[in-house]
Amino acid sequence: MSRSNQRWLLGGGLCFASLLSSSAWADTQLNLTKGVTAVSREVYDLHMLALYICTAIGVVVFGAMFWSMFFHRKSKGAKAADFHESTKVEILWTTIPIVILIAMAVPATSTLIDMENNDNSEVTIQVTGSQWKWHYKYFDQNIEYYSVLSTPREQYENQNGSFAGNGANKDENYLLEVDKPLVIPANKKVRFLITSDDVIHAWWVPAFAVKQDANPGFINEAWTNVDKPGVYRGQCAELCGKDHGFMPIVVEVKSPEDYDAWLNEQHALAAKSADAEKASLSASMSKEELMQLGESTYMAYCAACHQPTGLGLPPAFPALKGSPIATTGSVAEHIDVVFNGRAGTGMQGYGKQLSLKEIAAVVTYERNAWGNDTGDLVQSADVKAAGGE
Amino acid sequence: MTTETINESLVDDHHGDSHDHKMTGITRWLYTTNHKDIGTLYLWFSFIMLLTGGALAMVIRAELFQPGLQIVEPDFFNQLTTVHGLIMVFGAIMPAFTGFANWMLPMMIGAPDMALPRMNNWSFWILPFAFAILIGSFFMESGAPNFGWTFYAPLSTTYSNGSTAFFVFAVHIMGISSIMGAINIVVTIMNLRAPGMTYMKMPLFVWTFFITAYLLIAVMPVLAGVVTMLLTDTYFGTSFFDAAGGGDPVMFQHIFWFFGHPEVYIMILPAFGIVSTIIPAFSRKKLFGYSSMVYATSSIALLSFIVWAHHMFTTGMPLFGELFFMYCTMLIAVPTGVKVFNWVATMWRGSMSFETPMLFSIAFVILFTIGGFSGLMLALTPVDFQYHDTYFVVAHFHYVLVTGSLFSIYAGAYFWLPKWTGHMYNESLAKWHFWCSLISVNLLFFPMHFLGLAGMPRRIPDYALQFADFNKWVSIGGFAFGLSQLIFLAVVIKCIRGGEKAPAKPWDGAEGLEWTVASPAPYHTFSTPPNLDEVKS
Ligand code: HEC
Ligand code: HEM
Ligand SMILES: [Cu+2]
Ligand SMILES: [Cu+2]
Repeated sequence: MSRSNQRWLLGGGLCFASLLSSSAWADTQLNLTKGVTAVSREVYDLHMLALYICTAIGVVVFGAMFWSMFFHRKSKGAKAADFHESTKVEILWTTIPIVILIAMAVPATSTLIDMENNDNSEVTIQVTGSQWKWHYKYFDQNIEYYSVLSTPREQYENQNGSFAGNGANKDENYLLEVDKPLVIPANKKVRFLITSDDVIHAWWVPAFAVKQDANPGFINEAWTNVDKPGVYRGQCAELCGKDHGFMPIVVEVKSPEDYDAWLNEQHALAAKSADAEKASLSASMSKEELMQLGESTYMAYCAACHQPTGLGLPPAFPALKGSPIATTGSVAEHIDVVFNGRAGTGMQGYGKQLSLKEIAAVVTYERNAWGNDTGDLVQSADVKAAGGE
Repeated sequence: MTTETINESLVDDHHGDSHDHKMTGITRWLYTTNHKDIGTLYLWFSFIMLLTGGALAMVIRAELFQPGLQIVEPDFFNQLTTVHGLIMVFGAIMPAFTGFANWMLPMMIGAPDMALPRMNNWSFWILPFAFAILIGSFFMESGAPNFGWTFYAPLSTTYSNGSTAFFVFAVHIMGISSIMGAINIVVTIMNLRAPGMTYMKMPLFVWTFFITAYLLIAVMPVLAGVVTMLLTDTYFGTSFFDAAGGGDPVMFQHIFWFFGHPEVYIMILPAFGIVSTIIPAFSRKKLFGYSSMVYATSSIALLSFIVWAHHMFTTGMPLFGELFFMYCTMLIAVPTGVKVFNWVATMWRGSMSFETPMLFSIAFVILFTIGGFSGLMLALTPVDFQYHDTYFVVAHFHYVLVTGSLFSIYAGAYFWLPKWTGHMYNESLAKWHFWCSLISVNLLFFPMHFLGLAGMPRRIPDYALQFADFNKWVSIGGFAFGLSQLIFLAVVIKCIRGGEKAPAKPWDGAEGLEWTVASPAPYHTFSTPPNLDEVKS
C-alpha cells in the first residue's frame, strides 16, 4: 500500500471514529415512540406491522433480483431465456398484494375509528396557535395562558462561542422547553379543540400520537388519555413562518390529585394578578423601572419579529427604531397597535397576553430605546385609557 | 384523415422550411424548431437547474449540520427550502423528462419531428424567464417565496413576505410551458407514428410519456387556478382561503393536492418508461408483461386522481374521508407492485451485464421500491398522524424523486448519450459517478427515516439535541452527493468533445427504431417513415 493511500485511510478512519464517538449517540432514537396512551401503542403496533410486512416483501423481491444479478449474468455465460408474458403470474402478483393490503387495512381502520371518537371527554382545553406560541384555555375553569419557548436566544443564536461545539452550552431540552407547559390530568379523557389566530399550525405530541392542524377560523378536535404522569414534549408540525422551528409544546401530565391542586393554585394566582392589575392602575413607575421591565418584555414577546435592534425584518416586519409611530406619533395610537394588534397581519393584539404594566413598559421602552428618545413615560392607567376599548 | 396523409404533409412542410439551412451560433438555439436541438436545450437547462437547486440544498444542509443557527436566518432558511423544492420539481425533473420526450419520441415512433415544432420552441424558451423571476426574487426587497413549495394559504397570502406575485407569475409561465409540451407529446404520438405501429406496439417508453402528458393537461390548469386564487386573495381582496370572508384555508390544500398528487406521478411515470427500456436491453431479454405494464401505468394514472387527500389527514377530515383516501392510496401500491415484479421477472434468467445505465436502473428499482414502502406506511392514516410533516416524509419523497426520478434520468442519459453525441462516454468515470452517488445518496436520505420517526419536524432551521448525530451524517452525505454530480458533468463534456466512436447500436440488447439511425443521430431523421417490418427482422 502506498504512503498516500495509508494517509487517506488513516484520515478517513479518524473522521469516522470521531463521528461515531460523538456525545449523544447513546440517546439517539431510531424508531417511532411507543408513547403513553392506548392509542399511541396501537399506532406503534400498526407501524411495526407495516414495517415487518415491507421488510418481508423487500427480502423476497430484492432477493430474487440479487439472485438473478448474480447467477444470470452474461459474464458467467448465462443465456437469456425467452419468456416474456404470463397471465397467471400477473394475476398472482396482483392478488397477493391485495390480500396483504387488506391485512393492514383492517387494524388501521379500527385504530382510526378509535382515534376519531371524541365522545365522553372529562376535560376540554382549547388550543390556539399563533405566530409563534401556543395558547391554552381550560373550559369551565377560567384559566388561560400562553406557552412560549423558554430556550434563551443566546443558545440558538450561538452567542456563547458554541459554534464549534455539538450542543455545547445548550440545555438538555434545547428548543423543547417552554415557560408554562400545558397541564393535564392522567387517566382522564382530555379533549383538545384546536384552532389558530393567524396561519396554519399543527399541534403535535408524539407520545400521545396526536397531531392535528390548527386552522384559522375553524376548530379541529383531538383527544388523549394518558396513563403515566410525566413531561411530554412535541413541536409545531406545520410550516407557519419564520419561527416555525421555535414553538415547542410541553405537556405536564399530573395525577388527578396533583392536577386539582394545580387548578387551585392557578385560580389563586389569577386572583392575585387581577389585584396587581388594579393596583398598578394607581401606581406610577419610574423611568428605570419601566425601561427595565420594558426591555425584558420586548425581548420575550416582540424581538422575534421586530428584532432586538428594533430594526425589524422589512418588509415583513417593520422597524420600530425611528418609525413615526414610536417617535412623533401619538402615544395613544402606539398603545392601540400593541394592545389590539392590526387585524389580518402578523401583529397580534397583546392585550390578553400581557398585563397593563407590561404593555405600559414595552411602549415606554419602544419610545425611548435605540435612539427613539421621545422621553415619553407610559403608565398602566394610560394603557387602560387608550387601549382598553 | 389517415395517419399517412398527415405524415406526408408534415414531412413536406419541413422540407420547405428549415432543411439544409441549419443556423449557427446563438440563433440556431433561439430559433430552432428541431426536436433534437430543443431536447438538448431542455436537458442542459434541467441540469443547470439541478445544480442551482442543489446549491441551495447545500446551504440548507450546512445550516443543519449542527444544532444552533449558524449561517442563515430562519426566514432565509424558509426561502431556501421553498425555492429548492420549486426548482427541483419544476426546473430539474420535469424539464429533463420533456428533454427525453423531445429527443426520443420522434425517433422511437419513426416521426420526422414533433408535431408542433414552433410551439415546441416556445414552450422551452419561456422556461428560463420563469426561473429568472423565481430566482430573481431572492434579490428583491421582499425576498424569495418562503411558504414552502406547497404554498399553503394563508401563509402565502395574508402573511406572505410580498413575494407572492412573482411566485404566481413564475408558476403560471412554468405551467404554460408544461401544458404546451404535453399537448405536443399527445399530438405527436397520436398522429405521427410510423405506419403499422399500433398503440400496443409502441415502446413502453412512448406509452408512459403519452399517459404522463394527459396527466399534465388535466392538472396543470388546476395549478394555474389555485395560484390565481392565491393572487386575488393576496392583492385583490377576495377570500377564497380566508375564513373571515367566508372562505376556507383547507380548500386551498384540496385544490393544491388535486394537482399535487398527479404531479408526483408526472415525475415518476416517465422514469418507469426509461427503466423499462434499459432493463430489457441489458438483460438481453424482452420486457416481461408489456401489456400488463401498459395497464398498470394507466391505472396508476387514474387512481392518482382520487388519493390527493392523503396529504391532508391531519387537517381534520371526517372519518369517512380518511378511510376513503386511505383505501385508495393503499390500492395504488398494487399496480406499482406489478411494475416492480415485472422488472424483476425481466431480469430473471436473462443474460445480464452491468454498464452504467443498467446500474442506475437497478438502483432505481431497489431504491424506488424503498420509497414505495414508506409511501405505503404513510398511507395508513393512524400512523400518518405520527409521520406527517416529519423527516420521514422527507425521506419518502426523496427516495421516490432522487433515487427514483433522478436516477432514471441518469440511466437514460448514459443509455442514449452515444446516440446523442456519436461518442461512447467514459465507462469508468461513469461508474465512479454511479458508486459515489449511490453511497452518498443513501447516507443522505436513509437516516432521515430515523430522524422522522424520532420526531424531527420538517422545514425547521434548528433542532433539538437528540437529532444532532444523524443530521451530521445526513449533511456529510448531502455534500458528497452534491459533489458527485460534478462527475456527471465531466463525463458529459468529455463525451461531447470526443471519445470512442459509437456505432449505430452500441448496446447489443437494445431494441427500437432509434438504434436504426446513425450515431450521432443526423439532424433530420425519418423524413420518410420507416418500414416497420424491415426493421423488425
Ligand atoms: C409575529 C411577529 C410580531 C411580533 C411578535 C410583534 N409584532 Fe409588532 N408588528 C408586526 C407586523 C407584521 C407589523 C406591521 C403590521 C402592519 O402591516 O400594519 C407590526 C407592527 C407593529 C407596530 C406598528 C409599526 C408601524 O410603523 O406601524 C408596533 C408599534 C408594534 N408592532 C409593536 C410590537 C410590540 C410592542 C410587540 C411585542 C409586544 C410586537 N410588536 C410583537 C409583527 C409582530
Ligand atoms: C406506492 C406509492 C406511493 C404511496 C402509497 C405514497 C404515499 C404518500 C403519502 C401518504 C404522502 C403524504 C405523507 C404526509 O405528508 O404525511 C406522500 C408524500 C409525498 N410523496 Fe408519495 N407515495 C407514493 C409514491 C410516490 C411517488 C412515486 C412520488 C414521486 C415521484 C411521491 C412523491 C411524494 C412527495 C413529493 C410527497 C411530499 C409532498 C410534500 O408534503 O411536500 N410519492 N406520499
Ligand atoms: Cu409551525
Ligand atoms: Cu400523494
